[in-house]
Amino acid sequence: MKVQRGGMSRLFLRRSLFGLFTLWVVSLVVFLATQALPGDAAQAILGREATPERLAALRAQLHLGGSLPEQYLNWLGHLLSLNLGTSLAGGMPVSDAVAPMLLNSTVLMVCAAVIAIPLAIGIGTWSALKKDTVIDNVTGIATLVLASLPEFVVGVLLVLLLSTGLFHLFPAVFVQMPGAQVWNNPAQLVLPVLTLVVAVSPYIIRIMRATMLEVLDSQYVQQARLKGLPERTVILRHAIPNAIGPVAQVIALQLAWLIGGVVLVEYLFRFPGVGFELIDAVTNRDMPVVQALAIIIALFYVVVNLLADVVTLVANPKVRTAS
Amino acid sequence: MSSPTPTLVVDNLKIVGVPSMAAIVEELSLEVRPGEILGVVGESGSGKTTLGLALLNYCKDGTRMGGGSVSVAGQELAGLNWRQVRRLRGQTVAYIPQSPASALNPALRIGTQLGECLAGEPATVLARVREVLREVALDDDDAFLARYPHQLSGGQQQRVAIAMAFTARPALIVMDEPTTGLDVSTQEHVLATVRQMCQNYDCAAVYISHDMAVVAELADRIAVMYSGRIVEIGATAEVLANSRHPYTGRLLLAVPDLDAKRPMIGIPGHAPSPLARPRGCAFAPRCPLADEGCTTTAPEATEVGPRHTVRCFKADVPLPAVPARKAPARVARDAAERPVVQISGLKAGYSSFTVLEDINLDVYAGDCVALLGESGSGKTTLSRCIAGLHHNFSGGLTLDGEQLAANSFKRTKEQRRRVQYIFQNPYESLNPRRTVEDLILQPVTAVRGKVRNGRDIVATALERASLRPDHATRYPDQLSGGERQRVAIARALATEPEVLICDEITSALDVSVQSSLVDLLRTLQAEMGLTLLFITHNIALVRNIASQVAVLERGRIVEFGEVEGVFANPRHDYTRSLMAATPNFQLAGGLHEVGATGTDGPQGDGPQGTGGLLPLRSL
Repeated sequence: MKVQRGGMSRLFLRRSLFGLFTLWVVSLVVFLATQALPGDAAQAILGREATPERLAALRAQLHLGGSLPEQYLNWLGHLLSLNLGTSLAGGMPVSDAVAPMLLNSTVLMVCAAVIAIPLAIGIGTWSALKKDTVIDNVTGIATLVLASLPEFVVGVLLVLLLSTGLFHLFPAVFVQMPGAQVWNNPAQLVLPVLTLVVAVSPYIIRIMRATMLEVLDSQYVQQARLKGLPERTVILRHAIPNAIGPVAQVIALQLAWLIGGVVLVEYLFRFPGVGFELIDAVTNRDMPVVQALAIIIALFYVVVNLLADVVTLVANPKVRTAS
Repeated sequence: MSSPTPTLVVDNLKIVGVPSMAAIVEELSLEVRPGEILGVVGESGSGKTTLGLALLNYCKDGTRMGGGSVSVAGQELAGLNWRQVRRLRGQTVAYIPQSPASALNPALRIGTQLGECLAGEPATVLARVREVLREVALDDDDAFLARYPHQLSGGQQQRVAIAMAFTARPALIVMDEPTTGLDVSTQEHVLATVRQMCQNYDCAAVYISHDMAVVAELADRIAVMYSGRIVEIGATAEVLANSRHPYTGRLLLAVPDLDAKRPMIGIPGHAPSPLARPRGCAFAPRCPLADEGCTTTAPEATEVGPRHTVRCFKADVPLPAVPARKAPARVARDAAERPVVQISGLKAGYSSFTVLEDINLDVYAGDCVALLGESGSGKTTLSRCIAGLHHNFSGGLTLDGEQLAANSFKRTKEQRRRVQYIFQNPYESLNPRRTVEDLILQPVTAVRGKVRNGRDIVATALERASLRPDHATRYPDQLSGGERQRVAIARALATEPEVLICDEITSALDVSVQSSLVDLLRTLQAEMGLTLLFITHNIALVRNIASQVAVLERGRIVEFGEVEGVFANPRHDYTRSLMAATPNFQLAGGLHEVGATGTDGPQGDGPQGTGGLLPLRSL
């Protein structure tokens, strides 16, 4: 047993190392794109009208002195010691500016994920079980339509439907009271969360349906039925565990997409999260914040995909028990 | 024993496809008594699996009951609601699937999969699971119960499947080709287990198989299915010795004889698809006895003996004798002759894993050398090395004395032309998007560049492979399995090769087709002077086609020699165990006494063409 666990954790370790490597490449790209572009970053931030004094001060603040590798190592060193620098806009440390936004976005995404994943798996499974019926066809068309709509269109439609137009159930924009947390007023969260759920679910539903159809067609499901097992046991015990592996990968991609999709959705609902902050930072040319957020988003991608790999591995006994 | 109440009664069962409403099986009637094993034989598409599943009140997608009745242990299946059907399955009727590797759930432990067949106290269930595992000669400890299917060997998986079926002590067991895909020695164990378990539980069994040899050894009674109907059913000994349906007779002759005393003879043509079954008797187009009456009305089942019924107008007419194939005379080898393919000290593997070691083999021109071995013995790897498909090997491999490169891309065009390969599965080896003509021309253009007389080359190749010229314009999915494999042969022959490597080329095909293919290869060998490397796991086939045999065990050649000598007097234990494990299918009634394939037997009696005639039923 010990050896077998070893095999699993070695795989996990390998994936983690690969994730770290990915992050390193990302850091390089972010650095090159923001700080090492041809021309002067300080000039780009401050514009043509900047005085030489202010340029010099900003150069010093951004550590723009020295050769490129030197600058990069310096920047990376700060990043690793979690010193993200100072925001150019507010003058406060980047970590202080970003942390609450990160928390808010996490709340938004966790809510969306917790609703979307079980819902999508359920609908996908159901659709597969009802293959070629009206229910299945309607699901198929609906998911296709929703999947082809950009998330901000979905958001606008939802606002029209539930907030300003047909019904007046939820506020259309997010208004944060000073000192209050985003979850203090759940009604405000409904529309952004719903938009994200509608945006990520169709893909998961479609892939779940496809995988489930394949599994339901397999001989072991036929055998389980021929053993006289109740249909519930056949589905829950025999079919779903075998379908979940491939779906986990798609879920991970969708979750990772969430953090990108969250930018537009947050902007749409004026939700104070990383997306909103990122757009703000880009508009203000607040380079340290842009850098920090880019790295955080990349980190999220890597971690979510790593998790998906783990789920896939755990769902597959062949890998789990391999020595 | 005066006839006890049968466990299974099937009466006039009909199952149709949806939405075509074409009958997949019809007019099926049979009964099986407690403790009795009924073997159901038939070729692919005959409807035997559909029948098997119907016994569990299960219709595959796209099929449904079209009439008739099935009753098991006094229960009429059609009248059950779904709750009763669930109780019926597993408890009264159990199913052992064809491929345990795909029928056991890969994500669940063995213990879980066995335990869920039973309801009741966990402790009682566990005790029963352990008991039944012991009965099929598997471990019953917790470590074994905690295993996943992929941690078991093929034989163990099949025994788990058998244990699963017997866990709830059913009255009827349905087995669908449970030993197909298993090695002969594993097959022997599994069959012994099945027989033992059926005896222990006094359980009626339906054993579905395409392998007449296995059924003959295991079953008490045999039902022969053709095109959705049972054409003959009776006691095993009766059906084998005194078959009354022409299809049964021809099917028996198609089974290769382990001792090669009797030639294997294919049935020309192929079974009709359920959508295009002929009017009248479905076998009529292939039947040597058919007359006009056979093609207009379908014969009813008639009793010809005790519990022996036949569906044929000509049940009393003996089959005309089939000309026995003349055995090619072995030519004594010239002492100065050099081998075409010479392998010396070959070692091959995958990364660090060694598959083949210390392989030495000389193949002379015009010979047929069989590579015999069970799965994992390395026989396919060896053939792939020779063809240049497996690159990771060291040692000598020469063609006419010239060293061959490991990678076929590095070989000269001439070398590639001279060695051709036919793959196991014709359903996968032919590109479905190309016509037969394109497929056949591909290797030709690869080694010779653009050719002007492409049409002629294709025509010649098709003719050699006994295909019609109009096959050239077809696509693979318009062909039957046997025809596809003939196309694969035609493709290999198109470059006029000298060495033909045949990798299990008949294992995906029905016996009647298998025999015709073997016939074809032998003819080609004689006419074109081909050198054949015939890879197989089937001893009976080796005896019927090869002149020499190399027996492979775990990557080494353990025995090599003339076929006659090796099997008459096997020197290696492994060869002996292989021979012992293979079901020896003997036709009773003096069938194999005439037309022996002995190399230099008295051939002078009678004129050419009748001398080797084979009376099918001695009357």
